[in-house]
Amino acid sequence: MTALPKTTDRKLGLVIDLDTCVGCHACVISCKGWNTENYGAPLSDQDPYGADPVGTFLNRVHSYEITPESGPAQLVHFPKSCLHCEDAPCVTVCPTGASYKRQDDGIVLVNETSCIGCGLCAWACPYGAREMDAVAGVMKKCTLCVDRIYNKNLPEQDRQPACVRTCPSNARHFGDLGDPDSDVSRLVAERGGMDLMPEQGTRPVNKYLPPRPKQDTAPAGEVDILAPFLEPVADSPQGFLGWLDRALEKL
Amino acid sequence: MHPAPSVIVFTTLSGLGFGLLVFLGIGQPAVTGWGAFWFFLIAYALAVGGLAASTFHLGHPERALLAFTQWRTSWLSREGWAAVAALVVMGVYAFAAVFFGTRIMVLGWIGAGLSLATVGTTAMIYTQLKSVPRWNQVLTPLHLVSLSLAGGALMAGQITETAVLMILALMLQLGHWQVGDKRFAEAGHTIASATGLGRPGRIRAFEPPHTGSNYLLKEMVHVVGRKHSLKLRAIALGLGYVVPITLILLPGAGHLLGGLAVLSHVAGILASRWLFFAEAEHVVGLYYGARG
Ligand code: SF4
Ligand code: SF4
Ligand code: SF4
Repeated sequence: MTALPKTTDRKLGLVIDLDTCVGCHACVISCKGWNTENYGAPLSDQDPYGADPVGTFLNRVHSYEITPESGPAQLVHFPKSCLHCEDAPCVTVCPTGASYKRQDDGIVLVNETSCIGCGLCAWACPYGAREMDAVAGVMKKCTLCVDRIYNKNLPEQDRQPACVRTCPSNARHFGDLGDPDSDVSRLVAERGGMDLMPEQGTRPVNKYLPPRPKQDTAPAGEVDILAPFLEPVADSPQGFLGWLDRALEKL
Repeated sequence: MHPAPSVIVFTTLSGLGFGLLVFLGIGQPAVTGWGAFWFFLIAYALAVGGLAASTFHLGHPERALLAFTQWRTSWLSREGWAAVAALVVMGVYAFAAVFFGTRIMVLGWIGAGLSLATVGTTAMIYTQLKSVPRWNQVLTPLHLVSLSLAGGALMAGQITETAVLMILALMLQLGHWQVGDKRFAEAGHTIASATGLGRPGRIRAFEPPHTGSNYLLKEMVHVVGRKHSLKLRAIALGLGYVVPITLILLPGAGHLLGGLAVLSHVAGILASRWLFFAEAEHVVGLYYGARG
């Protein structure tokens, strides 16, 4: 049913820390792996080893450069997957009922057996979180690893989304953002977690933690005791090279 | 947005077809017998042909019936209902007009209303998308509906109605461009709001997430050069509106000039519809550094 639930009992989602993400793309790969080998149509690739490779991914990492008014420039790696919006426009546009938001945990899913592959939901998503699979002809999106987080066959510590479990710098956190006392909610409160494109009115569940300003790279007054040893041996070329240099200059 | 030929052809032809059905429904012209046969054949070919073209781009056309289930929330589903209802009601009306020489007025009016509603629902599919600010404005449905009516009047050979509706459609087209050009900036979408990284300073897309292309870029990120778009706007205005109005208003304009007017109109509207898609920027482009 493509009517959105008024409220959901829980708001499961991700908190993504733009301060600690190192842009290694491990989450991209683990997401692709898990979601190709498990629930739903595999995430296909076209021409993977050829000149024009394309493929379906549920999670992608952008990189942005920030030049502050003062201080050093910053590179910010920016992982993006479905934000499991509370007012999800992708759900209400769906003509078949394939797209839906779950009442009990707020996860936005696609029922692949009723999706006609019209692509309208991908148009409606402002964040580019949905991609049509070229082989399966159905819409793919982040499932919040619904087949991991409730999976009793997995050891307790693995009942986390694949991307969260994989991240080597702990930049992705999973939890209930509807519970103000959960770890993720406290993290959002402490670090000033933010919504992407709030003016779209989608009310995303996923939050992003802004990067901390960079520390000064060279603290004033501190002298590097190794510096003298690292000085260049010769300022200007001598001997044959020096002669060559001077000769060339005269030409 | 990517200007997919199937969608451009679909919306243009079905708009014309349903516009013609509106006029046939209200009895302008009040045709019966063979005359009605040809008129309805053309109207149905355009409307149904357009609908068929729209299924070409579906990943699973065999499940298309499921698209009738979500009419409570989805404009695409409502479009399906409106189209089928219009075609069925007008089918009965056409049958009576062609084979029994009687026009069942009530059915005609209902069918005309449903045909108009079909064009309206199609327009709302685009209008509802906040993610495409150019479409997300009041003039979008007005532009598409007025165009369908003007084209329908032209096909139905109604000179006065065509002239009035064509001028109205022309003004709405200009308005849609005018307002549309500013919508993105007005809605306040920037790379800073998209990433939330606005505060500390100047932000620039440094590297996309992938070396090749992807579905999003192919489907939604399409850039038209300004010069290119101005030229096409001129062509759309000239062929789509000005030439047809002039041709039908020529004294003693017969079927030949009428036919030319229709051809010119269709060519112009195809250009207009191409721009409708190609110029519509999706906000996802911001993540890829579109719009600086
Ligand atoms: S991020 Fe996009 S796909 Fe996910 S719920 Fe929001 S609108 Fe839908
Ligand atoms: S592509 Fe599938 S899930 Fe998306 S709107 Fe169409 S039918 Fe619904
Ligand atoms: S939660 Fe699962 S499906 Fe979603 S981005 Fe992470 S790994 Fe991919």
